[in-house]
Amino acid sequence: MASASESGPAPDALRLEGIHKVFGNFVALQSIDLAIHPGELVCFLGPSGCGKTTLLRIIAGLETQTRGRVIQNGRDVSSAPPAARDYGIVFQSYALFPNLTIRANVAYGLVNRRKAKAEIDARVRELLTLVGLPDAGPKYPSQMSGGQQQRVALARALATSPSLLLLDEPLSALDAKERERLRGEIRQLQRRLRVTTVMVTHDQEEALSMSDRVIVMNQGTIEQVGTPLEAYERPATPFVADFLGKVNVLKAVCLGEGRYRVGSVELVTEANGIAPGETVRLYLRPEDRVLADSGPVEQMPNALAGIVRRLDFLGTYFLASFDVDGFDGQRLLVYFSLNQALELGVHEGARVGFALRGERVRVFAGAE
Amino acid sequence: MSTLADRRPAWGLSATWGEALAARGGLVLLCAALIVFLALPLATILMRSVEDRGGTFVGLANFAAYFASPAFARSGVNTLTFAGLTTIFTVPLAFVFAFAIQRSCIPWKGLWRNIALIPILAPSMLAALSFIYLFGNQGWLKVVLGWFGVATVYGLPGMVLAMTFASFPHAVMILLAGLALSDARLYEAADSMATPEWRKFLTITLPGARYGIISAAMVVFTMAISEFGVPKVIGGNYSVLAIDIYKQVIGQQNFQTGAVVGLILLIPALAAFAIDHVVRAKQKALLTARSVPYAPRPALVRDRMLLLFVILMSMAMLLVIGMAVCGSFVKIWPYNLSFTLNHYTYGFEEAGVDHAYRNSLILAGWCALLGAVITFSGAYWSEKTRGAQALRPVVHLLAMMPMAVPGLVLGIGYILFFNNPSNPLGMLYGTMTILVLSTIVHFYSTSHLTAVTALKQLDNEFESVSASLKVPFYKTFWRVTVPVCLPTVLDIGRYYFVNAMTTISVVVFLYAPKTMVASISIVKLEESGMVNAASAMATLIVATSAVVTIGTLAAEAWLLRSSQAWRGTGK
Repeated sequence: MASASESGPAPDALRLEGIHKVFGNFVALQSIDLAIHPGELVCFLGPSGCGKTTLLRIIAGLETQTRGRVIQNGRDVSSAPPAARDYGIVFQSYALFPNLTIRANVAYGLVNRRKAKAEIDARVRELLTLVGLPDAGPKYPSQMSGGQQQRVALARALATSPSLLLLDEPLSALDAKERERLRGEIRQLQRRLRVTTVMVTHDQEEALSMSDRVIVMNQGTIEQVGTPLEAYERPATPFVADFLGKVNVLKAVCLGEGRYRVGSVELVTEANGIAPGETVRLYLRPEDRVLADSGPVEQMPNALAGIVRRLDFLGTYFLASFDVDGFDGQRLLVYFSLNQALELGVHEGARVGFALRGERVRVFAGAE
Repeated sequence: MSTLADRRPAWGLSATWGEALAARGGLVLLCAALIVFLALPLATILMRSVEDRGGTFVGLANFAAYFASPAFARSGVNTLTFAGLTTIFTVPLAFVFAFAIQRSCIPWKGLWRNIALIPILAPSMLAALSFIYLFGNQGWLKVVLGWFGVATVYGLPGMVLAMTFASFPHAVMILLAGLALSDARLYEAADSMATPEWRKFLTITLPGARYGIISAAMVVFTMAISEFGVPKVIGGNYSVLAIDIYKQVIGQQNFQTGAVVGLILLIPALAAFAIDHVVRAKQKALLTARSVPYAPRPALVRDRMLLLFVILMSMAMLLVIGMAVCGSFVKIWPYNLSFTLNHYTYGFEEAGVDHAYRNSLILAGWCALLGAVITFSGAYWSEKTRGAQALRPVVHLLAMMPMAVPGLVLGIGYILFFNNPSNPLGMLYGTMTILVLSTIVHFYSTSHLTAVTALKQLDNEFESVSASLKVPFYKTFWRVTVPVCLPTVLDIGRYYFVNAMTTISVVVFLYAPKTMVASISIVKLEESGMVNAASAMATLIVATSAVVTIGTLAAEAWLLRSSQAWRGTGK
């Protein structure tokens, strides 16, 4: 393997091999295997308690895994204490030292490396400019807003030019507007510096909008690894489909060759080798509906009609809950934009026809 | 699968291992110190209680003998009566006082609060001396006793009065905290349903404060049950367990019976501690982050009555303190009231205690310095370092133990453990060092909790961030943790100082003639009939405690002001 570094591909920035973590009787992580490429931003995404933070803390050396190896840039750091690893970290709580100025906070790790004062000053100025706070140096953390403090924490983490940046729910403590702004800034900064970044979040919008790849986690295991679009469009498991965005779950029976019966209605999707007669669940997002202006809906495949039982206004669109003809009481949620709702006459009690995008339907075996 | 890089030692690994060792080493050291200076002495009591004088195991024979003795029947009942009455007097008075401060609109709340806390600065013997001046055989208010059908202040009446004074601030502090926590939303909801004041008091205020009331009762009861100074000075012939122990151990060198009585004292103290612990845990769940703090609104009649009560209580407290201070400056109470400083000079010299005050200053100074350093670093080690997980619960238990152990019991433990020829640490016996160590251990729990509370307010990730920046934990401790917590460290030092000045229960078993401290000399002076000189010594203690307290508070205020820039306003 020694020759791999000369001829083969560059080693993964971070490789996790069979990471297992047990707290007492509770299994927090189960044989996690994962490779993170240099320069990419990945998100550990999942509900609270899924083990994402534990995994990040294991990478940082702040928790010790029960089993498994952590390999960073080809070096096994499995049992190295935090200080012997190479990373910068940003916490939800900022964790800025309150009694030190912003300048001293950012310089904290540099001072310890016995660098010349002028060199440190220049580096601090450069970093503060990078995060958009060039004049914040003499201030104290308590004089800044949450978003500004988090930018400083980011500058401090990047000061020593670590090869890996760890972000532990960095935006959760901020208000909605600030969160959205910082989301873009972090992503831009990360792309510019090409620093490998692992971020933990429970916010799916954050994960989808920021990351190169998302790692969707649930109950200590990885459910899916993929680009945000892959995970959203082609969820690997029912959990992922359910966790990312809204989804309709329809009980159905397979008729073979990609045909399924829901109630007394037949829906057509791509063939996927499920045996006829098997009970399945069809996962379908509320937006996977053919636009009405692409032709008369009634003649399309998967054409349905039903009565709008409830209509919720969600800001940019309506969410309609349909009592679909032939569905035997299974409700179907469908999005309509403001204009579509107006043009198609969608209101509570109205009878509306539409067609589903069969190719988007995901099929999972089992009735539950 | 291993590569060359795998086998190469990680960068900086040796340095960080040394760091990890330092973090664990501190914890091990703290644990060892608590075992030697707390657990082993207490274990020795247990051992000696089941041995005869020759050291042979005799099972529960010592207990049987003591339980059968008339001394136990009398002292046991007396002790419970004394502690019970003190609790019944102190807690309601303290409750009304605390209620007036937290839940009414009386003026000058800060003043009343500070007056209520004055007794903390004084040794408990001071109150006893004052009540002798007031109600004793030559007391100028002696006639008042007759109104209540009490023949003499010596004995139970004087003890309860003095103990009520001495324990009052402790109860007030707990109840102030208990009454501070209240959700205004509950009162607003009650108002919206037109609830009368008395019903709001019974259904919201009292239930909300009940844990504080129980907690205060437990603290006062425990203080009284193991109180040594008050019964010694004003107890007369009214025997209590605390005095019995002293007589057995110091008077008759009967360590076995002393150990038995010590264990008997420990039982109610442990029970009270357990109840208090359960109650405090429940208190935490009472308030949520969404609660809105209650702010009282003026109510003329209520506020006037409470103000009257608070003024009367404050005057009574100032009278008690003032009486002892005055007594120390007059020639012969109450016959010759001319001013003199003789009690402070010839008085001390005549009784051979002129070195006691200096000893107290040395003791208190060392306790403040060492205590603050040890307690704060100990709390830091147990809260903020990682590794040695198995040791942490042990350290926590040991750190909380002194709170449940009365000073007298700890004192006996020390005398049994250290005054033993086969113990290599026996050389400590009779030195100032052992007085310092025992006093630090005696007051360790509260100081430890104070330090832990302050440390918990710091972000838990400071240490993680430093590690990721490759800054060793002790640098962050010195650059961040200590500066941020400096006011707390000062406060811990002050707490140790004042308690070391006033305490008597531990040191009374451990002092040698050359290490006698001021609080013990009060008892000696009173024993030899020099009440005025005893008052003089008590006055010196109060004055010193007051100066140190005011000085520390000023220093804390200055610190907070000078660090205003980074502490911010809302934090």
